[in-house]
Amino acid sequence: MFLELLRIELFKIFKRPRTFIAFGAIAMIILLVQFALMVNGKDFIQLFTGDQADTFEIPSDKILNGYFICVTVLHMILLHVPLLVALIAGDMISGEANLGTLRLLVGKPVTRTQLIMAKFSASTAYVLLLLAWMALFALLGSILLFGREDLVVFKENDMHIIKNTDVLWRFFAAFVFAALALTAIGAMALMFSTFAENSLGPIVATVCVVIVFTIVQQLKVPVFEETINPWSFTTHMLGWKGFFYVEKTAEGTTINGSIENPAALVRSGLILIGYIVLFLLISARYFKRKDILS
Amino acid sequence: MSAIIQVNHLTKDFKEIKAVDDLSFTVNEGQVYGFLGQNGAGKSTTIRMLLTLIEPTAGDIEIFGLQLRKHRKEILRQIGAIIEKPDLYKYLTAYENIRIFSRLSGVKVSDAKINEQLAMVGLADRTKSKVKTYSQGMKQRLGLACALIQDPRLIILDEPTNGLDPQGIADMRNMIIHLSKDLGKTLLVSSHLLSEIEMVADSMLIINKGRKVVEGKVSELLNPSQSVVELIAVDNAAALEFLQHSEWSSALKPVTNGTIKLEFDKVRIPELNKQLVERGIAVMSLRPLHSLEDYFLSQTKV
Repeated sequence: MFLELLRIELFKIFKRPRTFIAFGAIAMIILLVQFALMVNGKDFIQLFTGDQADTFEIPSDKILNGYFICVTVLHMILLHVPLLVALIAGDMISGEANLGTLRLLVGKPVTRTQLIMAKFSASTAYVLLLLAWMALFALLGSILLFGREDLVVFKENDMHIIKNTDVLWRFFAAFVFAALALTAIGAMALMFSTFAENSLGPIVATVCVVIVFTIVQQLKVPVFEETINPWSFTTHMLGWKGFFYVEKTAEGTTINGSIENPAALVRSGLILIGYIVLFLLISARYFKRKDILS
Repeated sequence: MSAIIQVNHLTKDFKEIKAVDDLSFTVNEGQVYGFLGQNGAGKSTTIRMLLTLIEPTAGDIEIFGLQLRKHRKEILRQIGAIIEKPDLYKYLTAYENIRIFSRLSGVKVSDAKINEQLAMVGLADRTKSKVKTYSQGMKQRLGLACALIQDPRLIILDEPTNGLDPQGIADMRNMIIHLSKDLGKTLLVSSHLLSEIEMVADSMLIINKGRKVVEGKVSELLNPSQSVVELIAVDNAAALEFLQHSEWSSALKPVTNGTIKLEFDKVRIPELNKQLVERGIAVMSLRPLHSLEDYFLSQTKV
């Protein structure tokens, strides 16, 4: 029955025109970034290299390759994708309540926990498809347009150079990690959705939570750095960047296949999984006892 | 005749409001059971408890001889329901809606069966149209098709004629009669349109403020010999003067808004008419009021 429910949920998601807004928006943003970097890529790289350009000759043409463009796109876009995930996941239960179909669903011989799990799984499938779509445009598209070279990643005043042959697995891992982060956002939006009778509230609530915690994180003041930030999911959502920070030898040469801080990545992953489980438990518990009055 | 629904001391509190108060009733197999009450009387809350949408505060429900709490899935598999207006997925077609609801009921039905069901409710030519293009009547019929697709033993219709035009109301009434008489289904039909219930139901329950007012067979609850008769004369004052000082005085009901009403055996209507005319009181109308309507109002009067 669960698989049947999941199939129904996916069918409903992909029959709604609003679902494709996110796919269209992502494609458009990526194409715009690619176009901008094609025209003004050198200026963009100078933003990172700054004074170093006066001392060294920066090979902008080589830095500006498909991999670099993809990392740039991910930096720009992954912070905003939660809004697109909230648009779908925040509508899962409250949208049905608003439409009046929730009472028909709950009056059928399926358990409410099954319903919640099916809706969560469907929103996760949507997240995965969204990321696959993003990978198609950002990675494949950028490689086709800009070619492949070693990847240069700028980190504050440091620079990591990753060999061409050592890059693809990192993108794969980063997308998997991003999927985990976005699934946590989806689970939170779904939780808000069980509390509400219309879609707007859960979507706005999800976006607000993400904005508030992002601001708290960016303030970088000790009071938050020591208390909220280590546990805030917005901190760990950006964990995917860790796959592009590599270990270096004493001579400053990057080590192939290495990650600078794997323990932090594992911790972030576990915290995100913890949030997903927590949000799902709250959703299931609340929804199980909820009187369907819509 | 076995009991299909057995409700015992059902109660539902919403904070300080008692929506359903110690309600008990029985629906037997093959019956069309009318569930009557004014808006806010507790009909929909009761129906939602029968469909497990709302958790009762107290009391228990048995359906098909099984405890609803313990055998929820098994019971719901055999129930088809429309709860208030049939809100369906507007962005899907009738065919897609009916397929979804059949699968949710754990039944895989063939395309032919879906088309047959849609034809039965008169939507054969609109199966591929999106529901957002449907009229209220068409949505109601599609809701009924969705409720019937898994061939349920028990059909629960909550205000099924709400928002329908006269033709739609007649179609729904005929459908209820067809389901009962031809297919032997048990139906629980809630309504505040008393005339509709009277035309289709065998038994009925009237509730008011969540409490049972009366339950029984429609034919027994309505005394066919005693009717409330409304009189409209050219000179109502003269008619009233005559009635107050005649053998009809005991039949007179309190005059409200200038309307004269009497309660007596309706076979005596010609006799009353004759007496009025003989006294020079021209009669414009002398007709028995809808008996159930009057009965209902007398029972639920605040």
